[in-house]
Amino acid sequence: MSAGTNDGLGYAGPGTDNTRAQARIERRDSFVSMALSFPALLLVVVLIFGPVGWLLGLSFVDDGHFSLANYQRMLAPAYVSIFTQTFQISIMVTVLAVVLAYPLAYLMSQCSRTVAALLMIGVMLPFWTSLLVRTYAWMVVLQRRGIINEVLQWLHITDAPLRLVNNMTGTTIGMLHVMLPFMILPLLSSLRQIDLTYMNAASNMGASPLRAFWTVYFPLSLPGVFAGAILVFVMCLGFYVTPQLLGGGKVIMMSIKIQQNAALYFNWGAASALGVVLLVITLGLFVILGRFARVESMFGGK
Amino acid sequence: MLNRPATDTQITHLQRLWLYVLGLLVVAFLVLPVLIVVPMSFNDSRFMSFPPKAFSLRWYQNFVTSPEWLEAIWVSIRAAVLTMLIATPFGVATAYGLSKSGSRWSGIIMMAVISPLIVPVILVAIGLFYLYARLGMVNSMVGIVLAHVVLATPFVIITVSSALSHVDAGLERAARNLGAGPLRAFVNVTLPQIRTGVMSGALFAFVTSLDEVVISSFISGGENTTLTKKMFSGLRDQVDPTIAAVSSILIVLSIVILLGVTLYDRRRGAGT
Repeated sequence: MSAGTNDGLGYAGPGTDNTRAQARIERRDSFVSMALSFPALLLVVVLIFGPVGWLLGLSFVDDGHFSLANYQRMLAPAYVSIFTQTFQISIMVTVLAVVLAYPLAYLMSQCSRTVAALLMIGVMLPFWTSLLVRTYAWMVVLQRRGIINEVLQWLHITDAPLRLVNNMTGTTIGMLHVMLPFMILPLLSSLRQIDLTYMNAASNMGASPLRAFWTVYFPLSLPGVFAGAILVFVMCLGFYVTPQLLGGGKVIMMSIKIQQNAALYFNWGAASALGVVLLVITLGLFVILGRFARVESMFGGK
Repeated sequence: MLNRPATDTQITHLQRLWLYVLGLLVVAFLVLPVLIVVPMSFNDSRFMSFPPKAFSLRWYQNFVTSPEWLEAIWVSIRAAVLTMLIATPFGVATAYGLSKSGSRWSGIIMMAVISPLIVPVILVAIGLFYLYARLGMVNSMVGIVLAHVVLATPFVIITVSSALSHVDAGLERAARNLGAGPLRAFVNVTLPQIRTGVMSGALFAFVTSLDEVVISSFISGGENTTLTKKMFSGLRDQVDPTIAAVSSILIVLSIVILLGVTLYDRRRGAGT
């Protein structure tokens, strides 16, 4: 049987009309399948890429000419303090989230299914509750005559009400509350994958439980910790609602400055440039995050 | 009980009591502030001070008698339902199409359609505001719904993609071999297998729209003011205690949704 002929025996060798037709059909099917994504793609292109690309262009324009003035402004002290404040809060929230999430995720990875499901309801309740409702809850709880200050004074731990809200403290607490589930969920799924027989092996070889934890378990959990921490950090950088409501005008994070530049001062160039900086940092961190975990799996809610 | 080993490595429950206490404190931190709003909403005081001086339903009364609040909640519910109805088929089509297509472009398209989860929302908000201002779509229901569809579709794509990864593609091919058209094979064979993923994606889409604050605060207004925009400006300017009543209603709603999802998951888990 020579190539290029079809001798009617039902076998068509490579390069015959049949295989070419087959390949063509497969290519067409593959395109038709891909085309199912075009409506969603079109929306993203028109409503996200278009406007963001336009903002990118605008950030290089000042007084109708090409200019880097909008980026040079970033070096002014006012902007530097915005960057430091944004990073300070984000680092603080991330560290606290790791410290609080680890013990809970560790417990959930080891306790019985029923207890784990109950704890999971506790983790998911804030997750499903409206962001504004949670922020309002913290305004009520942390205010001067709120439950925390009243209890602290009743116990004579403090004499005067503490300033817990309308400052960095309130913002950090509110953001921590929002971000904690985002730390717990990826961490939990990575802790569940750790093979506990390693711990048995360590203990068989004479390691104390503490030593086994620090030298065996903890290093194995680090990829999950890093993945969760980067996700939390990068989401903190873009926070807007919580610092706006719990910061009382004293906490100016990047998003708030962007909103002020656009809506208050109508300085679209300045707003865009700051937006571009925020976007570049965000995308860069997501690239790093991609090395630790599949990004889309982290938003799945499970 | 406390002296029994908690793990194979011989730590007893008593020795790690501190861990249990710490874990419970973290759960309390997550849950209590949310739950405390409900009793506080019956507080007579304008400032929600603690302990409450008197019991009152005045904030609920404010809510149900205020045309503005009722209109806002109605706008939000309509936007959320429309968002869900559009984002769900868009997301299902995208996830299904990209999972079937072996094209080298599908990875890039996937990144593009997921990108609204990554781009900082404030940037999307000012970009959309500018775009809508040109098109005269600011304060329009169409504008709100389109913006929310873009934000919500990635969640549908993610849940459906994950459901599709557990589906045996051979079953659909078998249906095609037996003479079913592509649509019929999908609807009769594949769709029933990914039903849960589609449903949780739809729920995510609904909640995403209902909760969305930043974009709504830029592009919604007038007769199309969403509940979140009204709450946000209410909280920023002078705190209107009616928000306590609205919040309590939303909290009860979240608890119902959460319990529903959990029970459904467990029943399904037990069934298989």
